[in-house]
Amino acid sequence: MATFLSRIFKYGWQNFSRGKWLSAATLVIIVLALVVFEGLIVFTVITKTSLTLLQEKIDISVYFKPKTAEDEILKVKKVIEELPETAEVEYVSRDKALALFKETHKDDAAISQALAELNENPLSPVLNIKAKKPDQYAAIAAELERESWKPITQKITYRQNQTIIDRLSKIIDITNRVGLILTILLTLTAIVITFNTVSLAIYSNREEIGIMRLVGAPNSLISGPYMVEGIIYGVMGAAVSLLIFWPAVYWGAPYLKYFLADLDLRAYFFTHFFSLVGYQLLFGIALGVISSNFAIQKYLKI
Amino acid sequence: MISFTNVAKYYENGSTSVALDEINLKINTGEFVTLVGKSGAGKSTLIKLIIGEEQPTRGKIIVAGQDVGKMRSTDLPTLRRKLGVVFQDFRLLPKKTVHENVAFAMEVAGRLEREINEVVPQVLDMVGLADRAGHFPNQLSGGEKQRVAIARAMINRPMVIIADEPTGNLDPVNTWEIIKLLTKINELGTTIILATHSKDIVNALGKRVVSIDKGRVVRDEQNGRYILN
Repeated sequence: MATFLSRIFKYGWQNFSRGKWLSAATLVIIVLALVVFEGLIVFTVITKTSLTLLQEKIDISVYFKPKTAEDEILKVKKVIEELPETAEVEYVSRDKALALFKETHKDDAAISQALAELNENPLSPVLNIKAKKPDQYAAIAAELERESWKPITQKITYRQNQTIIDRLSKIIDITNRVGLILTILLTLTAIVITFNTVSLAIYSNREEIGIMRLVGAPNSLISGPYMVEGIIYGVMGAAVSLLIFWPAVYWGAPYLKYFLADLDLRAYFFTHFFSLVGYQLLFGIALGVISSNFAIQKYLKI
Repeated sequence: MISFTNVAKYYENGSTSVALDEINLKINTGEFVTLVGKSGAGKSTLIKLIIGEEQPTRGKIIVAGQDVGKMRSTDLPTLRRKLGVVFQDFRLLPKKTVHENVAFAMEVAGRLEREINEVVPQVLDMVGLADRAGHFPNQLSGGEKQRVAIARAMINRPMVIIADEPTGNLDPVNTWEIIKLLTKINELGTTIILATHSKDIVNALGKRVVSIDKGRVVRDEQNGRYILN
């Protein structure tokens, strides 16, 4: 068995190293497929970050009448928190709201002076609510608008922001769908192109395969080296595509920050180094081996 | 050792074309048999049937005790390892050196590296290619390529070597070198089946001659000569 395996690996390496232009052309296609694959990972990271940022910007606030007792507000908070659509509820008391306001406007002398002239805190207590998904704000707003709470609530920001929330919600939804379709299409394209290239490479070796059969080689000894060649394509393809892609990410990441300040692609790639290399290898090897296996089957019939 | 009983091979391409019909033939161990016939007479089809590359439409073909027509495709490699085959177009593996091409036949038979490294140089020496072991097929002449093919065919000491027009692409000098080599291998006890349409070779050999015409055996003579209408 060990001799058999060592021969399969030897033949596979010989096929690859002596195939020269054919091997190089096949490798280029695998590298391109893997670069597309990496591009899709980056695309997913960018869209996820942008959508998360967008989602974080969406919330609704309930302003209570200034004299509302805190325990009544906390009761509302508890009810809202228990809604399945709610992700997070933050209570900002009047004092905290004032402190935040002062902090925000500390450099604005006119506002500071106006505040000092007032004898009491003019701000209302607020509940800031985030939904799990953007399209769930309507349900939360409907709950907040219940009759029994009307005497204590002053303003719910949902209705004012409804159009923009709905629009953002649609953008997020469409981006997610387009991203998924794009990922599937590009992945399929990469797979089909690689499969065709490997098929052509094996097609050009059909006479050799025929000779091996005539000499009495069993199918495992004929197809085995092509599987090994597929593994070599996968490993080398992953290595080369990473060598191309990582410098691009390293130099390109700071420019991306101009558009998305929260996106640190460099950090993402460094923290996910092993999983990314793993995915690349897995995708590359699977592409190479599965394509080789499919392509060789028709030459092993007799 | 090899027997054909009422064998026929037809090809269906819209109409039926008869490649071989009513073939009854027996080849014994140690014989040197030449198959003669014009191009398209059916010599190559007969060889393809022996090595299991084609299946007979009718009849029974026994090779080394096995019914080739009933063999499963997974069992064919085992049969082919018992046969050595040489073709007009050499059929060497282009990405392997001379040594590797010959060694490949031993490797598929599961022989150990030590044995391979010992036997391959001996056989290459026998066919006069000891100094070409590291060359690739595209660096060899036609005669050298055919000697590599013969070395590969004989390396596993097969019961029979089947040569299909092995001199078809060679000049006269190389042609006789190859024929001498096949004669030598036959003298060592291996059965040889040589398909050729060279009158000179057949007449010079003076061995058994099986003449095929339009898919039928029309003459089968010991110490025969090339006679075709």
